Amino acid sequence: MPSTNGMTSWAVDLKDVAAIYPFQGSEFIMFILGLAFWIGWHILQLRVEATEVEHEMSADESGEKTRAAIDRY
Amino acid sequence: MGNNLDALTTIFTEFYYWVTVVLMFLIHAGFLMYEVGMSRRRNHIHTLMKNVMLIPLVTVSFFFFGWWIYFAFPNGPFIFEGKGIDYAAATGARPWDPAMGTNLSDHINGVFWAAFLLFSWTAASIVSGAVIERIRSGAFWILAVLIGSVAWIIDASWGWHWDGWMVKILGYHDAYASGVIHAIAGGFALGVLLVLGPRIAKFREDGSARDIPAHNPWMVALGFFMIYTGFWGFYAACNVPIISPEVIGGQITGVTWTGTNIYLAPTTLSAITFNFLMSLSGGLMVAYIVSKGDLLWTFSGGLAGIITASAGNDLYHPIQAMFIGGIGAWAAYKLHYWVEKKFKIDDAVGAVAVHGYAGFIGVVIAGFVLWGQPSSPYEGYAAINPVGQFIGAIIMFFVLGFLPGYICAKLLNAFDLLRIPRKVELEGLDFETNQTFLAAVDEVQRAEKAAV
Repeated sequence: MPSTNGMTSWAVDLKDVAAIYPFQGSEFIMFILGLAFWIGWHILQLRVEATEVEHEMSADESGEKTRAAIDRY
Repeated sequence: MGNNLDALTTIFTEFYYWVTVVLMFLIHAGFLMYEVGMSRRRNHIHTLMKNVMLIPLVTVSFFFFGWWIYFAFPNGPFIFEGKGIDYAAATGARPWDPAMGTNLSDHINGVFWAAFLLFSWTAASIVSGAVIERIRSGAFWILAVLIGSVAWIIDASWGWHWDGWMVKILGYHDAYASGVIHAIAGGFALGVLLVLGPRIAKFREDGSARDIPAHNPWMVALGFFMIYTGFWGFYAACNVPIISPEVIGGQITGVTWTGTNIYLAPTTLSAITFNFLMSLSGGLMVAYIVSKGDLLWTFSGGLAGIITASAGNDLYHPIQAMFIGGIGAWAAYKLHYWVEKKFKIDDAVGAVAVHGYAGFIGVVIAGFVLWGQPSSPYEGYAAINPVGQFIGAIIMFFVLGFLPGYICAKLLNAFDLLRIPRKVELEGLDFETNQTFLAAVDEVQRAEKAAV
């Protein structure tokens, strides 16, 4: 049976073994995917925060609760 | 100890486990802060005491029989080749054995016992958070002993032991305990919650859920950070720090010494450090987005991220760990609210989701990502595979987690020992203590004013 890291048993001399993570050879693709995840996160986060700020802007138009919040420090 | 190298290795190993135990204490301190922060002011003291007292109760019961179970039950008994209880292997783990005390010929038993014991506390503490503000302390402490000194250590003997039948037959791989600690504890909590029922006012008349907010989010956040910190110790405690191929006695050839996971298969502290931090990050990032920046769920997502990747964090690439952590955080958040809405389950801290569902999913994912890799350095063991991992996850969550929790809670409920009366729940569990406190304050103030 094949294995995702190429090893099917530990009948080896450890001095001859290096990387043992799965899907070796696809590190660069994983890096690109990871990069996309990280950049995508910033884009999504900015959207989430924009919605939040929009809600905050439309809240407490009289300013009464805001003054109470300032009083509470 | 035969020579100086053996002596150094033994003392290093002894010290290594000792340090992990001290670090793991932070998990418990974190759980205390987290639970108290999540509870309402009128329940603080009971919440605190409920969790603190599991420490001595699980400790003494784990000394009396928990540790023995680990060595006695790797074959089931009678699951692997009809073999029964392994009395010979468990000699040395009975409370009356010389190795269970001050003994100059054994430097490892005490620290190894303690490392496992801290896992026991964690398992019980996971359940503790889910049931706050309405469970009787006495009932919880019985449940804590059941999961901490019986259920989890049976699963460890089966699936977290170099000789466990699940490793041999299923190829079960769960290096940092996605299933053997988290899925079982989450399943156990779910079983208890089903019988215990929700807190008063948790659900509206139309069945939709109300949010019962944490009284102190800052305390909750600090608690999470302490849990994260203690989790480092937990990870290190899951490894054997240094061992020679000769001592492993498996198929490894040559003379290169190595660190190993609990199955005695090679890994490194460096690998798990990469993966711990990347899975934490994946979990935090996804949880922040999916929960729209909610504090509890962002921190919980970090934890769920680590928990999901833990089954294979000895072998994953860090970027794989990050994505797996993200999947776990997303699934935990979605499943928590789906189950809450569908089954009216009031899990006060999201423990079933963060530990149970994320742990279950983590075990299953490892079956795919590590497919075909050896589960053990010994010959004849099944390779890691999706079917074995799925069966393993079912055993952890349902068979050894949900069922014992549900049955024990049913029994306690039948004797009216499980839940506090409605009046007491509304007053708050600390009502009497708080009244005494106020009366004492009043009396002292009067006395002092009279003396002015």
